[in-house]
Amino acid sequence: MGFIALPIGLSAAIGLTLAAYAQDTAMYVHGLILFIGSVLAGFWVIKTSIGSAKASAVDDQSKYNDGVIRAGVIASTFWGVVGFLVGVVIASQLAFPVLNFDLPWTNFGRLRPLHTSAVIFAFGGNVLIMTSFHVVQRTCGARLAGNWAPWFVFWGYQMFIVLAATGYLLGVTQSKEYAEPEWYVDIWLTVVWVVYLLVFLATLWKRKEPHIYVANWFFLAFIVTVALLHIVNNLSMPVSFAGSKSYILWAGVQDALTQWWYGHNAVGFFLTAGFLGIMYYYVPKLAGRPVYSYRLSIVHFWSLIFLYIWAGPHHLHYTALPDWAQTLGMTFSIMLWMPSWGGMINGLMTLSGAWDKLRTDPVLRLMAVSIAFYGMSTFEGPLMSIKAVNALSHYTDWTIGHVHSGALGWVGLVSFGAIYYLAPRVFNASRLYSLRMVSWHFWLATIGIVIYAAAMWVSGIMQGLMWRAYDSLGFLQYSFAETVEAMHPFYVIRVIGGLMYLGGSLIMAYNVYRTIRGDQRTEKPYEVSNAPQAQVKGAVS
Amino acid sequence: MINHKKLEKNSILMVICILIVVSIGGLVELAPLFYLESTIEKVKGMRPYTPLELAGRNVYIREGCYNCHSQMIRPLRDEVERYGHYSLAAESMYDHPFQWGSKRTGPDLARVGGKYSDEWHYTHLIDPRSLVPESIMPGYPFLAKAEIAETDMGKHLIANRYVGVPYTDAMITNAEADLYAQLDPDSDGVEAMQERYPGAKARNFDGNPGAPTEMDALIAYLQVMGTMVDFSVYKADENLR
Repeated sequence: MGFIALPIGLSAAIGLTLAAYAQDTAMYVHGLILFIGSVLAGFWVIKTSIGSAKASAVDDQSKYNDGVIRAGVIASTFWGVVGFLVGVVIASQLAFPVLNFDLPWTNFGRLRPLHTSAVIFAFGGNVLIMTSFHVVQRTCGARLAGNWAPWFVFWGYQMFIVLAATGYLLGVTQSKEYAEPEWYVDIWLTVVWVVYLLVFLATLWKRKEPHIYVANWFFLAFIVTVALLHIVNNLSMPVSFAGSKSYILWAGVQDALTQWWYGHNAVGFFLTAGFLGIMYYYVPKLAGRPVYSYRLSIVHFWSLIFLYIWAGPHHLHYTALPDWAQTLGMTFSIMLWMPSWGGMINGLMTLSGAWDKLRTDPVLRLMAVSIAFYGMSTFEGPLMSIKAVNALSHYTDWTIGHVHSGALGWVGLVSFGAIYYLAPRVFNASRLYSLRMVSWHFWLATIGIVIYAAAMWVSGIMQGLMWRAYDSLGFLQYSFAETVEAMHPFYVIRVIGGLMYLGGSLIMAYNVYRTIRGDQRTEKPYEVSNAPQAQVKGAVS
Repeated sequence: MINHKKLEKNSILMVICILIVVSIGGLVELAPLFYLESTIEKVKGMRPYTPLELAGRNVYIREGCYNCHSQMIRPLRDEVERYGHYSLAAESMYDHPFQWGSKRTGPDLARVGGKYSDEWHYTHLIDPRSLVPESIMPGYPFLAKAEIAETDMGKHLIANRYVGVPYTDAMITNAEADLYAQLDPDSDGVEAMQERYPGAKARNFDGNPGAPTEMDALIAYLQVMGTMVDFSVYKADENLR
């Protein structure tokens, strides 16, 4: 306990100092948040230590550390709902601009980073921390390393989310997409991330199994590479030590490529490699089958992480970035199609011999469809990285649609699958509260994604074509404002798709809540009504 | 996969191999941009932002304008006709960070400077739909009331100098004076300001007397965008990349 008191006291002192010398409101608020957070952490540490001294049964050191996983289930579900809700809000603002209310804290420009960070880092990040901590313990047969360290990773990460989110609303941003938090929040995240890596590695070192399981390769690549990307992209010069504003080290064209080297690999390593780790553990578990091909896993892993890093320049086609870099980015983006589909095949084919379970297990169905969406969007991505296609698609909603078929379809559904897998297991419930509600969630989410993506395909391609349309006299046919007006119906349709997805996540939140309480819904058993044949087959074999 | 077993049994070896494999692409693509001289074209006219323009740029960043507006005209026929000469790398050489953007929910702004009057921008920022009925842009009436918090931009200029923007000592000491001078075309400091920042326009950008507002700063920034390079003397052939 004495060991943990020092960093907590230090962060409380830093928080108080920042608040005392704050140059702006945001820094004042953030200093206070850090101080209050540290004080609360101190109380919690003291309370827990006294509690465990009295009754050692509280935290049995011989067993897995599932406390931090339980917290992860709750945090992931919560941030998921928040992120989707903000998404629906900003989608509505684009359809009906009056919803901006013309206030600093409610305008689209500040809420959009709130949405992207809430879904990617708050929801996705919590899912990754939760699943990586779960998978590494189970596949190593070892308890998570450290007593407080995993909890520091969890709560430190929540602190990062709160600092980032309140910062956006107060107008604190570096304006680098998906790397908006300012320098001091970046430093905080770096500390949390280093501890995360150490906890993960130290758990690997305790493994009883000589081999490191494939899912952990992906988690390791995700943690290491995200650290590298985060640090290089966020190097900056603060204006003052207690002011929120800083100026990025890089300028213009170099900054642009550094940003998209980061940005595309936030997709590649945060939203892909990490979630592939989830796929490589939970799909075989749910299917009750081994991973389809060990050799394919190796090829998939190394080729994916090697090729992804090159793909950044495809965000900068036809810009002032030198042509050689654009062409290189395009070439590697197209090549990236292969390892992506290698991973998809390895995931989907793991179901061979267990395809019938798609009918009887809606959780496995979520996972399988997420892999299908992964395949779809990793085909669309290389397509859009071709310069001729990109000339049309860039700057339009097509990109937004592409991102969402990946984020809602792949990342979202595979995360829901992991949450449904973990909720009953880590909370010691015999089963989920309701499988039928999982099925409802599945259909709402899937149809919502299709509506969303289809609306964005149409609006994106339409706007791209309208921008370049010429009339018979050789003049540009449409003013920009006319193309904006043409988007309106699709923006309304998108809101509907988003609402369905949000509705599904609310069903999940309720389902998880009742599961945690240990309730079981009285409903017609899922398997019997839908798959009588499967049951017979099962009985025979 | 003869030796993959070695990697699977040694986490540190695996971390090292991961780091090597993920570093190659970034090094090959990023590093040359810093030493290849052809990366940034040779142009005349680029200068650091004035303190007022920089303050406006910070408002632009703070309000997340980059979420909907690009500052990057591609060399495609329709874009050049709609927005003007395609953007050069040189035009964002002092931009920390860059503002090229990734989405055009609204039009590109790389060359919006001088296209509309200050009054148009003022009215449009307060209520976009009063001028463009189809617009879905939020209104920013609060900018007209918000006084610039830090009129002495000296510290900001120093931070910019640390990351490579050629602000001189004179620019830094006169940062506050230059900010006020740019807002008052009749003041004594205008000439000195324009000597330090050639081509900078001095006027009361929001049209209202009184303390400098964020609206002043933002319009000053919008009006300088894409106007620094003199394209009448720019030779594209000499800058082929």
